[in-house]
Amino acid sequence: MNASAFTLGRAVRLSILIFGAVIFLAPYVFMISTAGKAQSDIFSSSLSLIPQHWSYVANFTKALTRVSMTTLLWNGVVVCALIFVFQVMIAIPCAYAMAKLKFRAARLMMVLVMLGLLVPIHATALPLYVAFDRMAVLNSYFALVAPFTISVFGIFLFLQFFRAIPDDLIHAARLDGMSELGIIGRVIVPNAWPAITAFAIFSVVAHWNDLYWPLIVVSNQSYATPPLGLLYFRAAEAGDDYGALMAATLIITTPLVAAFLLAQKRFVEGITMTGLKG
Amino acid sequence: MAEATAAALPLAGKPARSAAERQEARAGLILSLPAMVLLFVFILLPVAVVILFGFTDYELGYTGFRFVGFDNYTELFTDRTFRRSLWNTTVYAAIVAPISIFMALGLAMLIESETIGRSFFRTAYFLPVASLLVAMATVWQYLFHPTIGPINALLALGGLPRPNWLGASTSVLYSLSIIGIWQSVGFNLVLFLAGLTAIPRELYAAAHVDGARSAFDRFRLVTWPMLGPTTLFVTTISIINAVKVFETVKTLTEGGPNKASEVLLFTIYQEGFVYLKVGYASAMTVVFLAILVVLMFLQYRVQDKQVHYS
Repeated sequence: MNASAFTLGRAVRLSILIFGAVIFLAPYVFMISTAGKAQSDIFSSSLSLIPQHWSYVANFTKALTRVSMTTLLWNGVVVCALIFVFQVMIAIPCAYAMAKLKFRAARLMMVLVMLGLLVPIHATALPLYVAFDRMAVLNSYFALVAPFTISVFGIFLFLQFFRAIPDDLIHAARLDGMSELGIIGRVIVPNAWPAITAFAIFSVVAHWNDLYWPLIVVSNQSYATPPLGLLYFRAAEAGDDYGALMAATLIITTPLVAAFLLAQKRFVEGITMTGLKG
Repeated sequence: MAEATAAALPLAGKPARSAAERQEARAGLILSLPAMVLLFVFILLPVAVVILFGFTDYELGYTGFRFVGFDNYTELFTDRTFRRSLWNTTVYAAIVAPISIFMALGLAMLIESETIGRSFFRTAYFLPVASLLVAMATVWQYLFHPTIGPINALLALGGLPRPNWLGASTSVLYSLSIIGIWQSVGFNLVLFLAGLTAIPRELYAAAHVDGARSAFDRFRLVTWPMLGPTTLFVTTISIINAVKVFETVKTLTEGGPNKASEVLLFTIYQEGFVYLKVGYASAMTVVFLAILVVLMFLQYRVQDKQVHYS
């Protein structure tokens, strides 16, 4: 098969791929186009992509004033950052202990981790909600972050990765008089960056997009995360003001999409690594 | 797992544990303690409590509750909303999982055999995975709009019938499935691409020597069996994700019209967190969890039977 030859088969292949890509990207094109259309354009000509009356400024102003977008995005960043930091600080020592240290509880812990992998937040939400309600901690960063501080998946992923780190490296560090924490900080973590990046991407994508848990514990705009805030915006925007709605979706979607476009290679590596090992 | 077994063996002949070994065991326990405490508090305990709640008539706002045995479960299976919800979730998963798997596999093979635009195509198909689903659902709502939406405008140009996509009980589940497929193909695609890249080129050459001339023969003899583990994983994760559909339903239809898009997690959410019937919603949660357990169990069974090529 000559790669550069332009055969019929290749033309068919490329047309299918391009056709598919156009369909997959169409929602983005319409989002960007509609965000700039005046109400009259939206009703009269839905197929023309270039707005007749440029209304980007009007629509974006509406989107930015109805709901505080900066608060939403800030909450998203704070919640994702807190979750990720706790997850890593708690999962890495545990995964290291299970992978490299000999102790009796390790096998039982492995069983618990495998069981934990089965349980999504949707299954634990009811008791956690009741407990948080009793403790009067609903509507707080604590409520948004706490249940995710333990990532069983993180432990599992790091465990797989740490097993591949040679024991000699750890023995040598121990002979140098390093403590176990010192080994984690100066031997394990520097060798585990690919796994940590992969996990960071997995974790941030999951929690930036999560609607279920924030919807349950937050009823107050000041702690709303981006998906929840958009829901509020939709509720406030009762009619068919799709121009403002598309401007709002554009603002909310951009950060993660931009991050993805900038760090594509890492994203794909991350998904492959977390995906295949999960 | 092998290592864990090996590690446990020396403990059988207990007596002579050196000071270093004891120290290592203690360090292991201390390092894993925070994780184990949180695992207990946020996962194991809540699951136990959900199972317990499932046998009670607990409602938030009321003090105290009674144990009602299996009453919640018998009520569940006569509850028309819940049965509708289970059925809709099944239909949704039966549409979204297979289509997003085979579409992803097909596209991955096309991209893999193409030399130009590889990273462009990968990006284009993967973009929905990295996008906020609630936001993109809103865009789809506009695309699906019966009168001002571009999809129906396009259909009108072709003189085709214009369905009321999300607004009619006959089409709402299919419209949600389209969004579900659009959203999940990229994830599966990336996994399949990784699986395809890992297949050694020599296998194709060997198959060719053995007489596999057509593209279909190469697929049947090399690609499909070599992708086995990837396909199994993608299948499990696709079904589980489809069973967990919630965002699009909550954002676009609230289970309507006429309960035609009522799905499992949405029903649990309504009963538990809107009507605050914690006991009843817990019984539903147990059913949901049971479905996940069965799916994982099936995956392990198939995995055990699968021939390992690598």
